[in-house]
Amino acid sequence: MLRQARNANVARLNSLPEHFGMLGAIWAGAPALLVYFVWLIFEGDILMAQVLAMLPDPESMAATRELLIGDIRNAINNPMSYQMASEEVRMAADRYRELSQTATLALTATCLSVFAICSALVLKFLTPQIRARVRVEKIIRGFLLLCSTLAIFTTVGIVLSVLFEASRFFQTVSVTEFLFGLEWSPQMAIREDQVGSSGAFGAVPLFAGTLLISFIAMLVAAPIGLMSAIYLSEYAPAKVRTAVKPMLEILAGVPTVVYGFFAAITVGPALRGFGQSIGLDVASESALAAGFVMGVMIIPFVSSISDDVITAVPQAMRDGSLGMGATNSETMRRVILPAALPGIIGGLLLAISRAIGETMIVVMAAGLSANLTANPLEAVTTVTVQIVTLLVGDQEFDSPKTLAAFALGLALFFITLVLNFIALYVVRKYREQYE
Amino acid sequence: MNPTKQIVSGLARRQRAEKRFRLYGLTAVVLGMAFLLLLFGSIVANGYKAFTQTYIELPIYFDPAVIDPSGERDHQTLFSADYWKLVKTAMYQKFPQVSGRKERRELARMVSEGSAYELRDQVLENLRLIGTTQHVWLAADDDIDMLMKGYIDRNLPEDERRLNDRVIGYVDSMREADAIERRFNTTFFAAGDSREPEQAGILGALMGSFLALIVTLLLSFPIGVAAAVYLEEFAPRNRFIDLIEININNLAAVPSIIFGLLGLAIFINWFGMPRSTPVVGGLVLGLMTLPTIIIASRVSIQSVPPSIKEAALGVGASRMQAMFHHVLPIATPGMLTGTIIGMARALGETAPLLMIGMVAFIVDPPGGFTEPATALPVQIFLWSDSPERGFTERTSAAILVLLAFLIAMNAAAVYLREKVTKRF
Repeated sequence: MLRQARNANVARLNSLPEHFGMLGAIWAGAPALLVYFVWLIFEGDILMAQVLAMLPDPESMAATRELLIGDIRNAINNPMSYQMASEEVRMAADRYRELSQTATLALTATCLSVFAICSALVLKFLTPQIRARVRVEKIIRGFLLLCSTLAIFTTVGIVLSVLFEASRFFQTVSVTEFLFGLEWSPQMAIREDQVGSSGAFGAVPLFAGTLLISFIAMLVAAPIGLMSAIYLSEYAPAKVRTAVKPMLEILAGVPTVVYGFFAAITVGPALRGFGQSIGLDVASESALAAGFVMGVMIIPFVSSISDDVITAVPQAMRDGSLGMGATNSETMRRVILPAALPGIIGGLLLAISRAIGETMIVVMAAGLSANLTANPLEAVTTVTVQIVTLLVGDQEFDSPKTLAAFALGLALFFITLVLNFIALYVVRKYREQYE
Repeated sequence: MNPTKQIVSGLARRQRAEKRFRLYGLTAVVLGMAFLLLLFGSIVANGYKAFTQTYIELPIYFDPAVIDPSGERDHQTLFSADYWKLVKTAMYQKFPQVSGRKERRELARMVSEGSAYELRDQVLENLRLIGTTQHVWLAADDDIDMLMKGYIDRNLPEDERRLNDRVIGYVDSMREADAIERRFNTTFFAAGDSREPEQAGILGALMGSFLALIVTLLLSFPIGVAAAVYLEEFAPRNRFIDLIEININNLAAVPSIIFGLLGLAIFINWFGMPRSTPVVGGLVLGLMTLPTIIIASRVSIQSVPPSIKEAALGVGASRMQAMFHHVLPIATPGMLTGTIIGMARALGETAPLLMIGMVAFIVDPPGGFTEPATALPVQIFLWSDSPERGFTERTSAAILVLLAFLIAMNAAAVYLREKVTKRF
């Protein structure tokens, strides 16, 4: 091929030489790479099946097949576990290691031979008449399309994984009990006859707690965010605006774990002390502290969206109102805000969805036990806190306790999805109105 | 009443309303700035002292009878010898007047338990130390450290303090002899996690974060740019592409904890990848960062004037060539800006890492992508749970380090945006 290309007059080739090179490389290399990855995906399972088939009596060694596989995997990967494992597990681990060495050799041989065969075919079929550029660009385009569909795969992955685990949860706990039950105590008792041995999975207190904290957060963030956006866009001198805006945006860049620490160490105790000084009993993990700090976190979010929609209102409307003799604030309240209202509402919805999904602040500063109350001075727990407490630490994957986290995740995903969807729709409609 | 009079009569009220409105706005801005100051102020005030640590000077006699009774300099013997005894002996000699079991134990406890390992490492490094007496500065226990930093109120009644009058007396006498002082805390930057505040450091967490971010970058940057290129340049207008775009916008607003659930269910349970490892953390963070990078890259491609592309097409380039040879190079600084900002967000993210188990207590810094690790924000979360005052201080210090990284990354992004990006 190369010789042909060299002999042919380069000017008369239908593509640049580099395109022929690329096409050749893709044709020769891609199948081998494909074999390599497919092999790697299936190698572990196939080898494990062979090892299990070799064992004399797998059923007697562990309660379930999964546990046995886990034991063997641990023994393979971790020298400490290997030392402690039983004779059979060690044997299995040794066998697995041997097989995997053989497999690696076989994989190398297979890939090399696939590569050699493909290269031979390339030498035969890649002629100067082939429209190499068009083909290469098609392949690249396919790759680009694949990359952009990853977003869809991610969404599908989220939905499927959460749905699947949640459906397993709903086999033991009914959907109505989950959605409308007023009792949440997921701790399963160890013995059957203990009190509360079944656990209670009524999520209403969690939803109520989430709403309470988000509401407090919005009480802080909405007025401050909106008013500071109005002040910065309409009143502040340009110098103040360029200095203050990025400063406020720093608040958005601070990691949530920092806010959580701030809420737990500074704000919570301060509120408690203040409450004591005026004779109020404030829980140290009160909804107020978590909600307040979450509100501070959301301020820049609200203010930057409000700023965007306010500046998007056409100057003509402003000029008309001012020309009629209205003051700045009258223009703002009676002309610009009504015009910008859909956009602002969309922004607030996005902020609410962020408050609902926020995790670290509430994990560190809100309570752990479910408490159905509207009193902001008491400790409440939220959906995200429960997901974290249920899933952190050692867990087995078939207890309702663990699966409950996925049911909560499903609810959280669904709620935030609907909020985002409405918000994005409203904001887009609003933008179109003034374009 | 004539209209002019009506307007004039209401003018004062309207102007007052105007002033009030303006004041509300100003108050909001001032409140926002005040929160920022309060947040940073409280963290700096809590944390800056953690960059120093109290050390005690002790004349340590590396007693061959204790650490190498056989005299063979055998590595195993030296490794497992009782170095704590050396520390105890030195403390007893420093305060010979102290007697009684309880009092002597208090005395020895003033030195960090980790000092034994430090002495061991010194001996293993230099065998000639054995049999000599060296003046060594050893880390003090965290309670002593807190006393030196002024966190323990000496005026409280003795039984409400963590340290009794005797121990405070020892500290004061050592202070007079210049045998105790605060120095720069190298342990904090050179050690992994520990149960003892004075031995705990952020190196392991930093390594974990670094490894996870490498995976995140490798996953999200190429795929994000490729997706942006496709959607901006090659995508036909149809339902499927609309679906992709809606998906990307929605994913950008999905709570991060949901990505953690995805990682737990798919990467760990289904693919069987190891728990608590930077590779899984990086993959989850990568999926989370992807929409940010796609959106930023698209904006960056859009801002390249169409005339550049048209000129390339006009002299016979294919669309692919015009894109990769002419548009992308100009859009690169903008894309990098978006990527850096996305990486900064990923660096500060905690919740998804909790889901995939990067919260374990891990002492050794990870050596690779598949070794159990923790990350800097997770370390902050773990320490913030500890009751010791020493950990509160170290939490704040770790936050300061994290914020320093974030500020540096954002500054780099701003620099790229302002100085390197071409304007037309």
